[in-house]
Amino acid sequence: MNEINTFVGSTLEKWNNDSSCLISILLDIQDEFNYLPEEALTMVAENLNIPLINIYSVATFYKVFSLQPRGKYLINVCLGTACHVRGGKRIVEEIERILDIVVGETTPDMQFTLETVRCLGACALGPVVVINDEYHGHMDVKKTGKLLKQYTES
Amino acid sequence: MTILKSVDDLESVRESILSKRDSKKPCISVCSGTGCHASGCVAVTETLREALKKKNLEDKVEVRTTGCHGFCERGPITVIFPSGIFYQMVTPDDVEEIITETIINDRIVDRLLYIDPVSGKKITYEKDVPFYSRQKRILFGNNGLIDPRNIEEYIAVGGYAALEKVLQSMQPEEVIGEIKKSGLRGRGGAGFPTGLKWEIARKSKGDVKYIVCNADEGDPGAYMDRSLLEGNPHSVLEGMLIGAYAVGAKQGFIYVRHEYPLAVENVKIAIDQMREYGLLGEDILGTGFSFDIRLVIGAGAFVCGEESALMASIEGRKGEPRQRPPFPAEKGIWGKPTNINNVETWANVPLIITKGAEWFSSIGTEGSKGTKIFSLVGQINNTGLVEVPMGIPLREMVYEIGGGIPDDKKFKAVQTGGPSGGCIPEQLLDLRVDFEELKEAGSMMGSGGMVVMNEDTCMVDTAKYFLEFLRDESCGKCLVCREGIDRMLEIVTGITEGRGKEEDLETLQELGEMVKDVSMCGLGQTAPNPLLSTLTYFEDEYLAHIRDKKCPAGVCRALIEYRIREDKCTGCGACLRACPQEAISGEKKELHTIDQEKCIRCGICFQTCKFDAIEKR
Repeated sequence: MNEINTFVGSTLEKWNNDSSCLISILLDIQDEFNYLPEEALTMVAENLNIPLINIYSVATFYKVFSLQPRGKYLINVCLGTACHVRGGKRIVEEIERILDIVVGETTPDMQFTLETVRCLGACALGPVVVINDEYHGHMDVKKTGKLLKQYTES
Repeated sequence: MTILKSVDDLESVRESILSKRDSKKPCISVCSGTGCHASGCVAVTETLREALKKKNLEDKVEVRTTGCHGFCERGPITVIFPSGIFYQMVTPDDVEEIITETIINDRIVDRLLYIDPVSGKKITYEKDVPFYSRQKRILFGNNGLIDPRNIEEYIAVGGYAALEKVLQSMQPEEVIGEIKKSGLRGRGGAGFPTGLKWEIARKSKGDVKYIVCNADEGDPGAYMDRSLLEGNPHSVLEGMLIGAYAVGAKQGFIYVRHEYPLAVENVKIAIDQMREYGLLGEDILGTGFSFDIRLVIGAGAFVCGEESALMASIEGRKGEPRQRPPFPAEKGIWGKPTNINNVETWANVPLIITKGAEWFSSIGTEGSKGTKIFSLVGQINNTGLVEVPMGIPLREMVYEIGGGIPDDKKFKAVQTGGPSGGCIPEQLLDLRVDFEELKEAGSMMGSGGMVVMNEDTCMVDTAKYFLEFLRDESCGKCLVCREGIDRMLEIVTGITEGRGKEEDLETLQELGEMVKDVSMCGLGQTAPNPLLSTLTYFEDEYLAHIRDKKCPAGVCRALIEYRIREDKCTGCGACLRACPQEAISGEKKELHTIDQEKCIRCGICFQTCKFDAIEKR
């Protein structure tokens, strides 16, 4: 049994092989591997007796899921309305420029993945950038470069 | 902890908690909502605990982590009880001084006080801060007082007393009657009368019924539901218990979005503690009433806030809405009658039961009773969550509670109701905020987001922003929504890029109205609102983009240009070094210039220049 098999097996058990818990199962798998490996999805489909295509339809419908491995640091730029009126989009563009990737992509060295989110509810701190679980508030274009540097050097 | 087997058991637990309390004992309460978390409240709390320990004060002074106080702009917020001294933007470096000065010597640390931007005065106590003093915090009041991760603190402030009352002395029909009489309407956006909804679900045939708490708060710029779940989850869960009793449900679901990890965590803890105390499960308080709640976590889909999509998601499928009727009250989750209410609606229920329908309906306007929590965000001084009686003038919200617009900028609009709402211009600032008046103005209450926009916000760009949002979030099931939004976005994008024609405005109006009329679910039916409201109130801005090829707010990139002013440039070279495109040239101490061919209008030079020498045209 490889790592994926073991983990998916125990996750399915945790959720009693209940197909209504599919989203929770996928969330657990993603938390573990940082993305949804194909092997894991196949195993979920077989065990829950759901056609693989339905698993994929769920995995691609919800924004949180990724079918591609993601970088060591997941950058999420909030693009809620409050962050938007305070210049959130400029921050995205600056990160795209610095890392030379567009939203949804990962740097070739697997360090950074850039994603956007529609409102984290931290509007008072806008524009907000979250890297892994750390919040960085009151961002501007100038601070963006410095922030990324902290992570490149660490 | 022994399981509570009767109403008397619960009462004696409440008494024992209260008897152990010393109301004079100093308590330093630190806000631990998401906003203050991001501002570093955890480090403040840890430093506080360590410092008190070092001084051997840990038994004499309590440190309490509470839910969100609402004034997120000023976080981390720290309030010293029993006096209620209000310190803002507290850092670990301030801890020593707070303990020696305020706790030991009973003196105020002046520099940590809040300065009211309107009067310029320093304010000592939380209750005197204008941001709070004009609010009516019936739902939010306990948020700043209790530790949300400790059920005993909720019980101590009278929690679960409404449940006691209901189980002990009210028939389900009486509960429904009370809610109907209160005039409570759904806080999720549409404003459907809650009591009526419950009545339909109760009368619906079937042995198995479900109730759901919709905590998929997807409207960007609205976060009151998150704050309630983080700060006072038991108030919501108690509401659900009462609703389940009234409707006749044995199973409930609470659907929280994945983007709110702290709310998920606190709800999880609250549900576990309820089970421990016997407030969930079989034979609750020995009354024969059984009920359980399952926490379901969303995975990032705005459309799941729509009730039929939400139910599909709870069933473990992709969140696609379906045609209604049949409404959830007849055919809901797995085909069973289901009653769905929003977080804030549920939180109102215990209050109505405890204080009575008459008390509740005395607050608010003719058609909209009670209070509403708004998140006042965007370009405004006092950003945060405010709870006010329905019917408060918008002007009071913006200028008195919100403290006006920062940096002496001019007010332009308030966007309410998120992607389903609209933009309200200055000439309508005197409207009273309730379900009807907002709808009349072409917007809607929605979940209560209020994004304030100043003169630097382009309304065409705002319409584009919402259309982009909705295009991404449309599930794609029905054609008009999927294609209609895309076409509107295409036209609006053209306008922002200088390719607009005057007849576009008419096309947009026509398309918008069609999408509104023909879409299947609430997402599509309200999707054109942001566009249509900006067309109504800000047509001149559209025309400036179309006729003059100018963006008056200086936002739309294709229509602006950065230039260096000869009279102000000192030749310091800061912009030249900052420019990512190497588009700026000039000798040291000489006038610099921008090569318009190379410039990508990122605005870094504009932000960098200390001499206001770069202008946007």
